Amino acid sequence: MTDVVIRADELGKRYRIRHAGPSTTLTESTRAAFARLRRRPPKSDFWALRNVSFEVRSGEVLGVIGSNGAGKSTLLKLLARITEPTEGVAEVRGRVGSLLEVGTGFHPELTGRDNVFLNGAILGMKRAEISRKFEEIVDFSGVEAFIDVPVKRYSSGMQVRLAFAVAAFLEPEILLVDEVLSVGDHAFQEKSLDRIHEVTRSGRTVLFVSHNMASLLRLCSRGMLLEQGTTSFEGPIEATVERYLSRRLSVHAGGELLEDIAREGTGTLRFRRVSVSSANGLEPRAGEPVIFTLELKADHPVSARELNLSIGIETRSGDRLVTLWNRFDPTQTIRAGLIQDGTVVTCTVPELPLRPERYLLTLYLDDAGDLVDFVPHQIEFEVMPTDFFGTSLLPSATQGPVLVRQQWRLGSSLEVAQLPEVGHGTQRAIP
Amino acid sequence: MASSSSTAAIVKAPPGELPVTTIRSTSGWLPPRLGELWHERQLLYFLAWRDVKVRYAQTVLGAVWTIFQPLALMLVFTLAFRRIGKVETEGVNYAVFCLAGLTFWMFFSRAVTQGSDSLVANAQLVTKTSCPRLLIPLASITGALVDFAVGLAFFFVFAAIYGYWPSWRIIFLVPSLVLGLTFLVGIVLLLAPLNVRYRDVRQALPFLVQIWLFLSPVAYPITSLGPRWSAIVALNPLVGVIESFRWSLLGTPPPTAVQLASAIVIGLLAFGVGLTTFARAERTIADLA
Repeated sequence: MTDVVIRADELGKRYRIRHAGPSTTLTESTRAAFARLRRRPPKSDFWALRNVSFEVRSGEVLGVIGSNGAGKSTLLKLLARITEPTEGVAEVRGRVGSLLEVGTGFHPELTGRDNVFLNGAILGMKRAEISRKFEEIVDFSGVEAFIDVPVKRYSSGMQVRLAFAVAAFLEPEILLVDEVLSVGDHAFQEKSLDRIHEVTRSGRTVLFVSHNMASLLRLCSRGMLLEQGTTSFEGPIEATVERYLSRRLSVHAGGELLEDIAREGTGTLRFRRVSVSSANGLEPRAGEPVIFTLELKADHPVSARELNLSIGIETRSGDRLVTLWNRFDPTQTIRAGLIQDGTVVTCTVPELPLRPERYLLTLYLDDAGDLVDFVPHQIEFEVMPTDFFGTSLLPSATQGPVLVRQQWRLGSSLEVAQLPEVGHGTQRAIP
Repeated sequence: MASSSSTAAIVKAPPGELPVTTIRSTSGWLPPRLGELWHERQLLYFLAWRDVKVRYAQTVLGAVWTIFQPLALMLVFTLAFRRIGKVETEGVNYAVFCLAGLTFWMFFSRAVTQGSDSLVANAQLVTKTSCPRLLIPLASITGALVDFAVGLAFFFVFAAIYGYWPSWRIIFLVPSLVLGLTFLVGIVLLLAPLNVRYRDVRQALPFLVQIWLFLSPVAYPITSLGPRWSAIVALNPLVGVIESFRWSLLGTPPPTAVQLASAIVIGLLAFGVGLTTFARAERTIADLA
């Protein structure tokens, strides 16, 4: 076929890991140097990617799916020529624009205008091209009023919007995009998604990596599933997403997490067991008290300085709905202390306001800013139906996942405007 | 979307006309990718411009700092070398003599420390974009050149106050600078990737550069060392560079043939070695940065 623009043949990338970790200061390296004289530090090979072959045709939008550590970003780095493959060949026809991060090279001391030019140049645009698109870029970002102010005075949202806006006007024949759509508020994400959609419709070839199943389904025509560095499935995007979701570890009450699931962090502590249950140990029910129980594994007791534990609840397409965080608890009972193997952490939610559905969990643990364990959306649980409103009605899938109690009234405009004083007994009677 | 019309034309062109890139593992020594560098020269400009702009952002004195540092050092050296050490400076006023050397030296030391640290400081560019890696240290050196121009302009004013005006020798300013740049670029290209692997470089370098200052004829003329040191002196390529630089500015004795030959040979050697090792190292630098 002549219209194949990317052809990858048996691509592989190996990393050498030295277990001692790279020494980056003088004392460390001196000590390491002496240690090295006596004995080479243990090395191990790690194939981030292996035997990956695929073809992408002109104008196609290929979604690359996989859990963390499956090799998605490595694949993009090889195609973007940031690093060389260890084995295999890829042929790319046309100019490649890569968007692995928004705002690469952004400098806080420079103004928005300066940064647009700098970042544009870094992304491969010519000065004349940036000048031509400048108005559009600024307009898209919505920060016109601050364009001549140093970026350090921007809110983080504004910075990200400006950075994305530059990237959005990149126009190579082939675009590699890595998870950059998850920036900004919801409205801006929608706008960004529309923009990428526009780009794909204008005939450009796009390789798109994301954890957000909804945007993958919307943007891509084909999908490729990566698992542990190799292609495990290739086909229509719907089938690929379905395949990916079904592969996820399903955990209900008492489920044990495997050691080798995709996770990050130092690992001095690991989430071993997770359960989501009602007060009496049964399946969680919509609108009722729910207890999240996390059992921790520790090879050695860990004296934690400042614990941050968080549980994220997401839809199956990966959209975060709720974040539970020990810091949100006003009593602040969990702060520091000695954590031993088998320590159990519980988080009780008096009312879980989610409609009956299957959801995903993300577990996160850090100690004074050092990431200890992070298990992103690989655990699934189901919320069982109840008569939450007492009306035998519940919202449908299209009405949104959140359950909110409500009171409806009819009366004169003045009385309707008056908020009912919930919890203070005396409620005005409707005449 | 009005802006897409131009690209649409490119996309409609037969695929055969698009550039084809082959991505594969390479090994051994490869020629540096200089064509790529030329293609991205605008980015070189932008990166250098960023370095200069950021350096003086939120400073009250701005570029005054560029001239203040050599000036302050010159005053200290006047005290130490002239008043206490009684160094003779070929009949040239010591302050002017010393400032000429320091103007070059400040550029060299800044360019060599910043250039060697440039890949680490710009790790984001290395790990997230495919911009030619060679651009990064070169942009850093270019940024330092801008400061050098300011420092040089100040030197001319300072020298004029003392009655030293440029002579016909000034045309040799550029060749002597090129000589210095050859060596500078070479060692920066050698050290920058090394610093990515071993951060010891960034610890050791400022200290070594400081020692190097006293081993080079910045605060004193090389003749004041006497013939016993000439063998060691010949190994320092900066001797030839600084002596010819000062000769072109002030008409002090030109470097000897040995000093000049040393500067040229060692300079070209460093340049060649730097360029080839960089071309070899840049391929895996993203994995280490």
